[in-house]
Amino acid sequence: MKNYDIVIIGGGPAGLAAAISARESKIESILILERDRELGGILNQCIHNGFGLHTFQEELTGPEYADRFICQVEEKNIAYKLNTIVLDITSEKVITAMNREEGLFQTQAKAVILAMGCRERPRGALNIPGYRPAGIYSAGTAQRLVNMEGCLPGREVVILGSGDIGLIMARRLTLEGAKVQAVAELMPYSGGLKRNIVQCLNDYDIPLKLSHTVIDIQGKKRVEGVTLAAVDAQGKPIPGTEEHYACDTLLLSVGLIPENELSRGMGVELNSVTSGPKVDESLETSLEGVFACGNVLHVHDLVDFVSAESAAAGRNAAAYVKGELPGRASVKKLFLRHGEGVRYTVPETICPERMDEELTVRFRVSRVYQSCYISAYFDHERIRHKKRQIMAPGEMEDIKLTKEELLKYPDRKQITIMIEEG
Amino acid sequence: MYDIIIIGAGVSGAAAARELSRYQAKICVLEKEEDVCCGTSKANSAIVHAGYDAAAGSLKAKLNVRGNELMGRLSEELDFPFQRIGSLVLCFQEADLPKLQALYQRGIENGVPKLRILDREETLRLEPNLSEDTFASLYAPTAGIVCPFELNLALAENAYANGTKFQFHTEVQSIERLEKGYLLHTSRGELRTRYVVNAAGLYGDEIHNMVSQKKLKLTARRGEYCLLDKTAGTHVRRTIFPLPDKMGKGILVTPTVHGNLLLGPTAVNTEDKEGVNTTLEGLALVSERAARSVKNLPVRQVITSFAGLRAHEEGDDFIIEEVSDAKGFFDCIGIESPGIASCPAIGERVAALLQKEMDLKKKDHFISARKGRLNPNALSFAERNALIRKQPAYGNIICRCEMISEGEILEAVRRPLGAKSLDGVKRRTRSGMGRCQGGFCSPKVMEILAREQQTGLQEITKSGGSSKLLAGTNKDAF
Repeated sequence: MKNYDIVIIGGGPAGLAAAISARESKIESILILERDRELGGILNQCIHNGFGLHTFQEELTGPEYADRFICQVEEKNIAYKLNTIVLDITSEKVITAMNREEGLFQTQAKAVILAMGCRERPRGALNIPGYRPAGIYSAGTAQRLVNMEGCLPGREVVILGSGDIGLIMARRLTLEGAKVQAVAELMPYSGGLKRNIVQCLNDYDIPLKLSHTVIDIQGKKRVEGVTLAAVDAQGKPIPGTEEHYACDTLLLSVGLIPENELSRGMGVELNSVTSGPKVDESLETSLEGVFACGNVLHVHDLVDFVSAESAAAGRNAAAYVKGELPGRASVKKLFLRHGEGVRYTVPETICPERMDEELTVRFRVSRVYQSCYISAYFDHERIRHKKRQIMAPGEMEDIKLTKEELLKYPDRKQITIMIEEG
Repeated sequence: MYDIIIIGAGVSGAAAARELSRYQAKICVLEKEEDVCCGTSKANSAIVHAGYDAAAGSLKAKLNVRGNELMGRLSEELDFPFQRIGSLVLCFQEADLPKLQALYQRGIENGVPKLRILDREETLRLEPNLSEDTFASLYAPTAGIVCPFELNLALAENAYANGTKFQFHTEVQSIERLEKGYLLHTSRGELRTRYVVNAAGLYGDEIHNMVSQKKLKLTARRGEYCLLDKTAGTHVRRTIFPLPDKMGKGILVTPTVHGNLLLGPTAVNTEDKEGVNTTLEGLALVSERAARSVKNLPVRQVITSFAGLRAHEEGDDFIIEEVSDAKGFFDCIGIESPGIASCPAIGERVAALLQKEMDLKKKDHFISARKGRLNPNALSFAERNALIRKQPAYGNIICRCEMISEGEILEAVRRPLGAKSLDGVKRRTRSGMGRCQGGFCSPKVMEILAREQQTGLQEITKSGGSSKLLAGTNKDAF
């Protein structure tokens, strides 16, 4: 069995950034395991631009953004294996993996970084009634077919869900010669970024039907049409509002689910809201020496934030390997509570003595808020009060806390993040 | 000229073919779809019922009990997954106890072994997640679950290995009676045969009515199901039924042989024999009724829903006999539940009828065993590595949810009666049947199919015919 200091599960944007920062933190023995045929993960099929504004202050395409990281991995001689699937990880950090050349093999890691990303919610998860013909795709599958295989999945398209991939695919399919008739969204607001609504729908006159869903799919062999209906506040279809669309394709962009089967298998505790591991300020999971970052931890909107988060995970894993990260049992722990209007926070706990000088807490709001404040309370004392013109569940928010302020009051126990009206 | 043509490659047709292939006869199975197991056989509860449901003396009762008895050995012989997990029929109030007792009595009359009525405590000890309202139950330890695709395929492959021909995409359009035998006009030309077995599922009435003046009518009875992720697969360990009603056995909750949890079916008659659509009401009813039997059902773990159609005949029994006004033409129709459980006995009965009629002689070298596809997960570390060294495709995972390798998909495509479409691969290997429902693996499986069939991606279908997965190439409209 081969030994590594850090094994990183996944060679997408999260895994790459974690590997680079671990190497920069002077860890020599690093291995990235990637199941696909190349590094870069889902970025490889995201050929649109808009990546890297935060990280590089320029607009890159997905493959270009990935390439910047892949080049660094190559320059730094970080080891990776492609086409390699991880079958199992034990709580003792023994990783069982497999590929064509080596067959099944095991490696022992001192630290593991979970960076497996996420998958799309399928039709079944929504229980959309109707037939099950050809022509129903998740937006990401369609994206792969169009952008990597050069194939057009359909000509007349209806999209359910206004997540970013769905919006991006509305534009892509239009540019490739398909007619996108409508994007329906169950919620009264879009699940995607504002800029994508403008650039992908409005610019192409594609209607966005908020508070609508698909209630029937017709066609026995290939999709022949779908029925949309308006929904009430509880998401139930309203009788009499049915509209029929003749189409040959239905794309689903109805949410992403962090892919945590391996994490669950090794005994990592998961958060029921994010479906990702519960982590502390160091992005360390409930298992010592096991870190998580990127979309496997919680679904992000912008890859730039994935890179930043994952760099922190890489640094912390390196510190753990070098014995520089104080054990959790030996230091004080604060609880991060999500108050009014906040669905979750990452992290969920903070050990001030283990944190960097500044810590970014990321979270999502539970509905659309206008002219409100993001507030943070340290026990009873309000320590942040940040005005935001508009906040929506589709755009991740953050707030920064400093080590200095958290160390100042050793008796305090809890930080609460909440949304407050003006 | 064939000796026997079997119309339909579902479980009934395949079971009949397998049993008839023991004899010296030239046999052909005709199937209108592109594959075996495309109709009722592919979308049902996959339960090997114990046999207490059907009326005493009915063919359903007789063949169910016999089929259940045969299933264990058959599953070993033909290498398909079958687990005798037992079933419970629940009763929620004392007033319904007589109904449970009547079911027990019927079971005894039908010859079902080991039946017991359990009180509330005994029942809940077996299944702690059952409803708090549970009053008593009928426990049938001989009931089981099976993989219906693999059962169907195993029967067909074994028949094929014993010389039976299979012709797909072949729809029987009319039948002419000849002096000796029949002339079948099909979508792929004419075929002559001395004897016919009508195992056409939902279309069994139409095939029957082509030769007989005594008209039959089959009603399609739709059943909707929800399939839950494997994380929910052990919520119950046995098949859980409510008390039956006149439309059927009610909405059950059962583990599947692959470790998922299955809820369903509803029972609604429909005019459309291809009407396998699910409905808002149907899916809602499935969740609601399932929750009456089992508490804390993790319905958020649904990964897919589907519907199947039962071929219901008014007499409420299987019809397996020579058509009285069409000599040499045998019906094997009205095969609704407990059809899967009964199919080994259905095959036996059809074969016995024809053997007698035709005075068939046994083959000298009947191959009774069939080896299923290689399952790498069942191998040891060292065995699996030896396999990958010899065939690296087994080291290349295509479906990451179910961990299905390229090697397994290639075998499914290359075997006799191999997969031709995405659904064909899915039924055989489970690639695409997991929690992402083919999101990641579909494009990869399409590539493998295109390579194996030496065709373009554009030609690959979901389930044959006009079910093409792609519409064209980028910008081809400009």
